[in-house]
Amino acid sequence: MRIYVLVWVLLLLLLGITVSAAYIPLGKLNPVLAVGIAATKAALIAAYFMHLRSTARLIWIVATAGVVWLAIMFTLTAGDYFMRGYLPKPTVWQQR
Amino acid sequence: MEARAHQFEDAEQQQDAATLGMWVFLTTEVLFFGALLLGYSVYRRAFPSTFGEASRHLDIVLGTVNTAVLLCSSLTMAFGVYQAQQGNNRALVRYLLLTMFLGSLFLGIKFYEYYEKYSEGLLPGSAFVWHGSDTAHASIFFLFYFILTGMHALHMIVGVCLLLVLAIRGRLGRFSASYYTPLEMGGLYWHFVDIVWVFLFPLLYLVDRSS
Repeated sequence: MRIYVLVWVLLLLLLGITVSAAYIPLGKLNPVLAVGIAATKAALIAAYFMHLRSTARLIWIVATAGVVWLAIMFTLTAGDYFMRGYLPKPTVWQQR
Repeated sequence: MEARAHQFEDAEQQQDAATLGMWVFLTTEVLFFGALLLGYSVYRRAFPSTFGEASRHLDIVLGTVNTAVLLCSSLTMAFGVYQAQQGNNRALVRYLLLTMFLGSLFLGIKFYEYYEKYSEGLLPGSAFVWHGSDTAHASIFFLFYFILTGMHALHMIVGVCLLLVLAIRGRLGRFSASYYTPLEMGGLYWHFVDIVWVFLFPLLYLVDRSS
C-alpha cells in the first residue's frame, strides 16, 4: 500500500512540474519535456499500478510490443511529413 | 458463479490467460489512441501558431484539476485491487465506490468544459466562431480536441460501468483472496485510461503556454 501512495505522490509532483514547465519559454524543448514527463508518468503507472514489475515476462513482451509498433508508426510517418523540405528536390524533377 | 472455468487447469492459469488477453486488448487501444495522436501531431507541426493559440482557449485550471482527480482515482483503484487480493470484500467495495465517484467527478468537470467550449462557439462545424486569423486550422485543433477527449470520456464511462458491476459482485461476495481476476482486469483497464489522459493533457492543454 505504501508504494502506491509513493507513486501517487510522484505522479502529482510530475503533474505540477509539467504544468509549470509549460509556462517557461524553452522553444522546441517544451514539447519534448511535456512528452518526456508524460512517458515517465505512464511508466510509473504501468510498472506499479498495473503490476508490470511483478508479472510474467510474457506480459512484458506484449506490453512492449504495443509501444514498439506505435514507435514504428510514428517513425515512418515522421520520416515523411516532418522531413519534407529538408533536402532540395533532385534536379531531374525540376527539369520535367 | 464458478470461480474457475472448466478449460483451465487451475486458478493461476486462468488468471495468467486473462492477464495476457487484457494486455493484448490494451495494445490495440494503444494503437487506436496512438493513431489519433499521430494525426494530431502532424497537424500541430504544420500549423504551430494556430494550434498554440487554440490550445490557450482550453481551461488550464480545470484541465490540471481533472488530471489530479484521475491520478487520485488510479490510487483508489490500486487500493481496491490490493484489498481484493487480501480477500477483503467490504474494503474493496468501498474503494471501488470511491474510484467511481472520482471517475464521475472527472466526467462532470469534462462535460462542464465541453459546455463552456460549446457556449463560446468552439464546436467545429457551421456554427464555429473564431476571432483569430486562421479559422480553418483552429477548427481542426478543436476537432482533434473533441474527438480525443470524447473517445477518452467514452472509455471513462465504460470504466465507471465496469466498476459498478465489479462493486455489485464484490458486495455479493463473489471474490476471494484466491479469485479476484475480474478486479485485476478492471484495474488494468482503469489505469490504462488514466495513462491515455496523462498524454492527452500536456499535448492538448500545454501546446504553447509560454508565449
